[in-house]
Amino acid sequence: MEIPYTAKIRPDTGLYNAKLGIWLFLASEIMLFGALFSSYILLRVGAEPGTWPQGLLNVPLGTFNTLVLICSSVTVVLGWAALKMNQFNKYRIYQGITILCALIFMVVKSFEYHDKFVHYFVRLNDGTEMNGHIEGNPMFMTLAKLKQQNKAEFVFHPDAPKADHKEEGNAGVAHATMTIQTADVRKLESWGPWHNTFLAIYFTLTALHALHVIGGALVIFMIWGPLAGMWKTDPERYTNRVEVSGLFWHFVDLVWIFLFPVLYLL
Amino acid sequence: MSLKAFHIIFVTACTLLAFGFGAWALHSYSTTKATLDLVMAIVALVCGVGMIWYGRYFLKKLKNISYL
Repeated sequence: MEIPYTAKIRPDTGLYNAKLGIWLFLASEIMLFGALFSSYILLRVGAEPGTWPQGLLNVPLGTFNTLVLICSSVTVVLGWAALKMNQFNKYRIYQGITILCALIFMVVKSFEYHDKFVHYFVRLNDGTEMNGHIEGNPMFMTLAKLKQQNKAEFVFHPDAPKADHKEEGNAGVAHATMTIQTADVRKLESWGPWHNTFLAIYFTLTALHALHVIGGALVIFMIWGPLAGMWKTDPERYTNRVEVSGLFWHFVDLVWIFLFPVLYLL
Repeated sequence: MSLKAFHIIFVTACTLLAFGFGAWALHSYSTTKATLDLVMAIVALVCGVGMIWYGRYFLKKLKNISYL
């Protein structure tokens, strides 16, 4: 049995079915991301003045990733336009660039995540608080793990204080490498989602967004590669598939356009 | 709404982001005097102008495609 309205317009909706379906799906996605955005804004606005951590994220890297995603949205729409003009080879090139951009985005994001997982907050028994890196850049190190490994001391590189940013700790701490006795440490934790409210929301929002990037890139890749044979048998339906995947991709990129200033700049 | 219409919304959002980010970077430069902030501000403002040019090019290129 043939699936109806995959290429032709359905008279009562004025759309082909897949387009109606993707918009219903995107409506649910807006509710999901909207709820998380609202939570972030409520927590941000409700925080005591001067207590919200700022400057924890790498703005140049975030800017680069934003440019990469904007480029991918341009190529996704140019690919669709190329199909509309019967230029399959051009479509192949544009969508290939889209997939490449998605890969670049994920690689950069993984570097950003790694940077957080090797960044540590230390509180000593005398109340001194510092942020920085442990020698050797281990990931997810904790005080319990240090004790388990029988490490009596470790080398710590405190961050240089930034005049324009309100970071936790490092106030009055000399920016010099030091050896810390494990017995003197009261708290040691990496900058994972458990560290503070900001990082919890940062990881929740960006990881959810990254899952969407992976999902969208996989769908675009499937249409671009293994399912490209449909262009010969049913070009109109194939073009519609590309449009639907492009709509999803635009949504994912639009989410990032909101995420970037909210998380990195404000 | 077609991909064409959604793309126009996207380009509008990107243009606003580019100019907003440019203003943020300029403000940051006024306090830090860091060269990187100035470079980011210039790149963002150039990108904002570029997005406006691209939006006009896109509308001209896809003028025969429906917004629905």
